[in-house]
Amino acid sequence: MSTATKPLALITGASRGIGAATAKQLAKQGYDLWLVARNPDLLADQAEECRQHGSSVTTKTLDLTDSQSLKVLFQELQKEKRLHHLVHCAGFMLDKPLMMTSLSELQHLYTIHLQATFQLCQLASRLMTRQRFGNLVLLSSKVASAGSAGQSAYSSVKASLTGLTLSLAKELGPVGIRVNAVAPGLIETNLTEHYSEEKKAELIEKIALKRIGQPEDVAQIIGFLCSPAASYMTGQILGVDGGFSL
Amino acid sequence: MTNTEKLQQTFATALAIDINRITDELAYNSIKEWDSTAHMILVAELEATFDILLDTDDIIDMSSVAESKRILAKYDLRFD
Ligand SMILES: NC(=O)c1ccc[n+]([C@@H]2O[C@H](COP(=O)([O-])OP(=O)(O)OC[C@H]3O[C@@H](n4cnc5c(N)ncnc54)[C@H](OP(=O)(O)O)[C@@H]3O)[C@@H](O)[C@H]2O)c1
Repeated sequence: MSTATKPLALITGASRGIGAATAKQLAKQGYDLWLVARNPDLLADQAEECRQHGSSVTTKTLDLTDSQSLKVLFQELQKEKRLHHLVHCAGFMLDKPLMMTSLSELQHLYTIHLQATFQLCQLASRLMTRQRFGNLVLLSSKVASAGSAGQSAYSSVKASLTGLTLSLAKELGPVGIRVNAVAPGLIETNLTEHYSEEKKAELIEKIALKRIGQPEDVAQIIGFLCSPAASYMTGQILGVDGGFSL
Repeated sequence: MTNTEKLQQTFATALAIDINRITDELAYNSIKEWDSTAHMILVAELEATFDILLDTDDIIDMSSVAESKRILAKYDLRFD
């Protein structure tokens, strides 16, 4: 495949976890990549691995809560004159009961998970509309539909992505843009690193497949959503949770 | 091609109407061809034609051909 015809994917949160696994997955699928996160060293490591699969990789170090930086990112990206896939993995989890959550923490959570997601969808869809083709993949969570005590802020913002995914699928479908989300269960990344062994064992008991998921388990489903095999699929929230019932 | 000609051509392509129908007075939702989907295509095509990234506020204000010229002038484009 020549570079000009390779699909280009923008992946946020690509420095580690699900985003990093997705970068490797899409590199294996032959895509060129733009990788975004705040840590330049980790991003550089991921980029190097992806290049070994023949991908052209550009890294951008930025904080997605800064809307101006996001605009600059897309001003640079539009010079590529192509954007086929956006996979928005960047995020963090707030594990706090209702009484212990400050409004500024809530605001920060909403800024990265909803505001940045919204702005990314706005900017990416405009580039994709030019080519009448595109694919947006958002990261929801099992807790969005199941709820989780101690995660009311996190689960509510993840649930908001369901409305966003379903509405954008309808709104952007006429210009050839698909919009789907994945809803991971318990995945072994930095995000869940703070869980005690006891808590993990308790959660594994609730997982039908009796194991914690790996970032690659999610990345492969994202890889499918970014492949031609999913070209008639939009407005779906795909659970990747090993049969987790909270 | 002048910027005015490029603009008219872009409107005609995005709204899928004859270029002769592109007048300054033509406004969003005033004809069935300029609906919300066509508006999305129009914005994307204008950005591609003039190699710019519009601010969201400018997209919201882009309610007629005349308004588009006024807004695009902010991006160092001249329409005579
Ligand atoms: N792990 C799970 O069990 C699980 C379950 C359900 C849903 N999810 C969702 O899956 C997504 C990925 O999570 P993960 O498990 O892969 O987490 P992770 O390993 O902690 O990775 C999070 C990524 O987001 C980036 N990031 C965080 N804040 C950022 C900011 N302000 N600007 C730019 N980048 C930022 C981080 O990079 P830098 O630190 O370098 O910026 C990192 O690359 C999240 O949306 C999460 O809510 C995860």
